[in-house]
Amino acid sequence: MFSGFMTNAWIVATMVAVVAGVVGLFVVLRGDAFPAHAIPNGAFAGAAGAALIGANELLGLGVFAVAAALTIGWLGRRGRHDVVTALALVMMLALGAAFLSHTTEYSQEIFSLLFGEVLGVSTTALAPVALLGAGCLIAVGALYRPLLLSSSLPDVAAARGVHNHLIEMAFLVILALATAMTVPVVGSLLIFSLMVGPPAAARVLASRPSRAITLSVAIALLTAWFSIASSYWSNWPIGFFVGVYSAAVYGVAKGGALLHARLRAPTPVLAVSAAA
Amino acid sequence: MTARSLTEGPPVAPVLAVDHASVVLAGRRVLDEVSFTVAAGQFTGLIGSNGAGKTTLLRAILGLQRLSGGRIDVADGSGRHRAIGYVPQKVVLDPDLPMRARDMVELGIGGNRLGFSLPSRARRARVDELLAAVGAQGFADSRVGRLSGGELQRILIAHALIGQPRLLLLDEPLANLDLSSGQEVVELLHRIATEHQVAVLLSAHEINPLLPVLDRLVYLADGRAVTGTVDEVVRSDVLSALYGHHVDVLRVHGRVLVVVGPGSDDGDKVAPHDAIEVG
Amino acid sequence: MSWLFEPGFFSSAQVHTALIIGGVTAVVSASIGVFTVIRGQSFAGHALTDTAATGGSAAVLVSINPLVGFLAGAVLGAGAMEAVGVRHVRSRDLATGIVLGASIGLASLFLYLTTTTTATTGATQEILFGSIFVTAPSTVPVVIVFGVLAVLVVAAGFRPLLLTSIDPDLAAASGLRVGVVELAYMAALAFAVGLSSIAVGAILSTALLIGPAATALRLTKRIVAAVALAAGLGVATTWLGILVAYDSADWGAGHDTLPVSFCIVGLVFVLYLVSGLAFRVSEGARAARRSPSRPGAAPRMSSGSS
Repeated sequence: MFSGFMTNAWIVATMVAVVAGVVGLFVVLRGDAFPAHAIPNGAFAGAAGAALIGANELLGLGVFAVAAALTIGWLGRRGRHDVVTALALVMMLALGAAFLSHTTEYSQEIFSLLFGEVLGVSTTALAPVALLGAGCLIAVGALYRPLLLSSSLPDVAAARGVHNHLIEMAFLVILALATAMTVPVVGSLLIFSLMVGPPAAARVLASRPSRAITLSVAIALLTAWFSIASSYWSNWPIGFFVGVYSAAVYGVAKGGALLHARLRAPTPVLAVSAAA
Repeated sequence: MTARSLTEGPPVAPVLAVDHASVVLAGRRVLDEVSFTVAAGQFTGLIGSNGAGKTTLLRAILGLQRLSGGRIDVADGSGRHRAIGYVPQKVVLDPDLPMRARDMVELGIGGNRLGFSLPSRARRARVDELLAAVGAQGFADSRVGRLSGGELQRILIAHALIGQPRLLLLDEPLANLDLSSGQEVVELLHRIATEHQVAVLLSAHEINPLLPVLDRLVYLADGRAVTGTVDEVVRSDVLSALYGHHVDVLRVHGRVLVVVGPGSDDGDKVAPHDAIEVG
Repeated sequence: MSWLFEPGFFSSAQVHTALIIGGVTAVVSASIGVFTVIRGQSFAGHALTDTAATGGSAAVLVSINPLVGFLAGAVLGAGAMEAVGVRHVRSRDLATGIVLGASIGLASLFLYLTTTTTATTGATQEILFGSIFVTAPSTVPVVIVFGVLAVLVVAAGFRPLLLTSIDPDLAAASGLRVGVVELAYMAALAFAVGLSSIAVGAILSTALLIGPAATALRLTKRIVAAVALAAGLGVATTWLGILVAYDSADWGAGHDTLPVSFCIVGLVFVLYLVSGLAFRVSEGARAARRSPSRPGAAPRMSSGSS
């Protein structure tokens, strides 16, 4: 499982999980689950388009994902955010379908694009994926404080000179780039599971931002590794395990927290104070 | 109850100077040539019923709302623009937000600047100092999304103050607090104003909780304003002129009761229940 | 007129089926969609199309009627989201995301098993993208019947649904059983989505649910007018899209046809964008028409400085 052609899978999965853990925490904090689901579909269209004209797949992924992000960010200021995200999503999927209908893509390749393929990354692609990942992490680091502020106290952020809409745009672009690097392994339909489940679990378990990020990355790594191992052994698609494990991890964390809270708070007893 | 007057001293430039500020939104004059100043250490109340223009004025001072006329100047000792601490009205936080109260206060230091900060003892000490100043040590390590209204209020004040602003703006800080919490906040703010020489401007639709500590007030009605001390402004003749129809001011046991009747001319309708202010 | 309607358009049985199914789906989707947009639940609406697709892929795997699978998937998905979800908007989206992720994961498993255990290929494309042109004519009566049912449910529960969507507290205060209304709405939504997913594919299902409704709501604030307008826009874009897709077979040498989903979604998207422009232009005109100042009724007094 760790030899030869699987090495790439482990390396890429590790990079993917780290980026998904970091970026995903802010996805959850900002309530951007829908764009996180929609933007990878842009990536899907990009990959299909790249295949159509014979261009580099990663490039196609990146360009279209960023285009989707910018569309959602720009239109979202004028219209309703969730409506714009939904329409951008279906437009991208339809575009992808249109590209695909003109190619001779095999079903298998479409499936891999959507649901992930453990062996989906060649050695030559490792370096650009790593660069992209590093870029995302650096960008998040640079925007860390304004991101936290605008995510939790948008009014105060605005008063202090933070351009909330610029931060939102920048974050969506970071999300798009993170998507582009992760899609080949985890698939366009499921990368967002990794960016939602583990970070959501981390947010429940950690009470300070730095710990939440660390925990988010740790949980994402475990999820990714277990998904690869499970996929290797069962031959089932890796996307299935990512989706199910991410949901399970959140369920356990949230359930545990609720249980913990109920155990800690004693059953309220009616207290009668002595009359003054 | 008499309002405090400024201590004598050489005239200083006010921290906040609003000069004939007007704002027109969708054809409606939301603010109409409002003028007043706030000096360091002064506790000023912005009083008015809902829809009178309080939030618009605060936003204009923060630079978030463009003026249609007039100007607003906020001065800082070093000449730097916009050293304003702001506590907004409605802050809704996710109960699971992974941020402790002290983390939110720390975000007040450079939270608007890029990058992130490594842990530092000096910064932690400063955060502890602010937490003590607002009396929040008891819940400093609790999740900020789980705090009660009053507790969150203190944290937001600490967050606003840690940047050492010269002007502190609060939008309806008493709106969702019970009476005793409200009193505590008012006392806290007054202490902050006098001890740290911060100009405090807060908006409210009830004047009575503020009476003990108000230096001056700005009374807003339909976008127009009257400013002065409580004794100068809260009078039948002054408020009647402001509202455009008869207003009665009653003093009951040291509290003020302003009674505005239904509008006589359709341009300035003010609903009775909006304008009756009881302590 | 032959440049507009390529030969065979009106006589093709495939086209007839497509027009009817597309039209009915558009009307049903638009009716429910207006409420979905008002409630800000576009994510939930879209998520249900994906859970429906999961159900559909399960059905294909065990060789039962896909329609049953799509409907079951939508209903189960709605149930799961209700169970996990919470009042707070951000938590609701999070819950939707988690359920969606698990559901898509399941779909990938079903589709994989289908391709490996049975001899079916192309199941992925069919389930997810669907094609209005390949829907069997035998599904038409089923679609129409269920579609009419869904519209009747919405029409019957119209007023309570509107009230609980706009102001749940007021609705509860006026004696409405908000929980029941919400449940009925989710059920109707699940039904409508399940149906449209199998009829026109998962992509189109979301587009027809959200697009025409959002466009209509930008153009009018009155609900009945919005529903009527949304239905009209939905049908118009669907039929026009079908026409364009049909015609595209004959454009230029060596051109493949444009997929009908692409044509319809493209029209829906463009229509939404155009309505946004029109909305802003009309807002600007309205603001300019109003006079910028009123004569002051009272003398102003500023006893000014410190």
